[in-house]
Amino acid sequence: MSFTILASLGVLGALALLFGAGLGYAGIKFKVLEDERVGAVRELLPSANCGGCGFAGCDGMASAIVNDGLSPLKCPALKAENVQLIAGIMGSSAEAPERRVAFVKCRGTTEVCKYNYKYEGLADCAAAGALAAGGAKSCAYGCLGLGSCAAACKFGAITMKDGLSVVHREKCTACGMCAAACPRGIIEILPYSAEARVFCSSRDNGKTSRANCSLSCVGCKLCEKACEYGAVRVENFLASTDYAKCVNCGKCAEACKSKVIG
Amino acid sequence: MRTMLVFWSAVLVNNFVMSRFLGVCPFLGVSKKVNTALGMGAAVTFVMAIASAAAYMVYNYALIPLHVEFLYNIAFILIIASLVQLVEMFIKKSSPSLYKALGVYLPLITTNCAVLGVTVLNKEAGYGLFTSIINGVGAALGFTLAITLLAGIRERTARNDVPPCFQDFPITLITAGLMSIAFLGFSNLIKL
Repeated sequence: MSFTILASLGVLGALALLFGAGLGYAGIKFKVLEDERVGAVRELLPSANCGGCGFAGCDGMASAIVNDGLSPLKCPALKAENVQLIAGIMGSSAEAPERRVAFVKCRGTTEVCKYNYKYEGLADCAAAGALAAGGAKSCAYGCLGLGSCAAACKFGAITMKDGLSVVHREKCTACGMCAAACPRGIIEILPYSAEARVFCSSRDNGKTSRANCSLSCVGCKLCEKACEYGAVRVENFLASTDYAKCVNCGKCAEACKSKVIG
Repeated sequence: MRTMLVFWSAVLVNNFVMSRFLGVCPFLGVSKKVNTALGMGAAVTFVMAIASAAAYMVYNYALIPLHVEFLYNIAFILIIASLVQLVEMFIKKSSPSLYKALGVYLPLITTNCAVLGVTVLNKEAGYGLFTSIINGVGAALGFTLAITLLAGIRERTARNDVPPCFQDFPITLITAGLMSIAFLGFSNLIKL
């Protein structure tokens, strides 16, 4: 009995040693000289392999940065300090990008939004939106609340609360996977500093919007009138902000009677 | 004569992908282009041939004398993993473009059940060293044949007007199923 145990250990140990030594020798023999900067850049990338850069993963991105001179800013999830470090490795300078976060343009929680029926199908927004008469909520534009964006997020930055996606701004890296996953297209990647955000996507007229959801934009244009910089505009009964013109003065938010800006 | 039968049986009649359904992961994963499929086939052929020989030696000259035959699975996996590492190093050195094209599927030869399958089947059938290698090479060539055929078909279907819901993987799976049915035509051709 004990011989079997020892023999097992011995055989596998000897085999492992033999193969290990062989591989070690082959490793030296077949050594490929790789640009050491690739490894260094790879260390600084977020390692989430989110695919936001368009490459298969962080490895592909690292070699593209080093070999093809791609800007590290192409990585949407890269931390600002790492941009500087990578720029240092590459011997170039890069200015830190403005921090951006994902933003869900909806406030339709279970409390404020009306429901047409109770949905108990597959927890996937695209499936519910396409198959089940546009989802359970009566608003045809808002968050379906089944968490496809939360499932797509590689950084755990989106959770579902009261039938609505909530972005945790500190965890968000603005990689854009949630925006791509949302069948309604109501997730936008915005500058972190943006304040005049419109929490509604409904392009129904005011009466319909309000009937569906008590926190909806009715297109009253009070915000448009309040804005001195021409940054807020109302089109198709829906306010939208031009963040390039917005100075975060907060007047639109004050003016909004429906409480969907801010 | 028997070795020839073993060889053709492994290539056609008991084709590892088409009738044993082993190694389907790389079969679907690396079959987009004929060139890449051939490269994958070559890598698998190398690994399978050497693995068959190494597994035979280890099983007959190490495991049986020490009466630890039950370790064959883990020992075979060890052999295959080391071989794949070796092949990966070699391809990385000799052909960076093939290395890039094979991508993640190259290290995945380690977990290719066709490779472990051929070593275990050799052991079960009690083949000698030479027959084991022949069976390994035959199985790998059968794999190469299947994956290259599928790659050729996929290159053509990609240019065709496939309905959106069948594009890419669904039509590939249908193709693979039809190929498998076609390969059933070889069954009973050879009786071992």
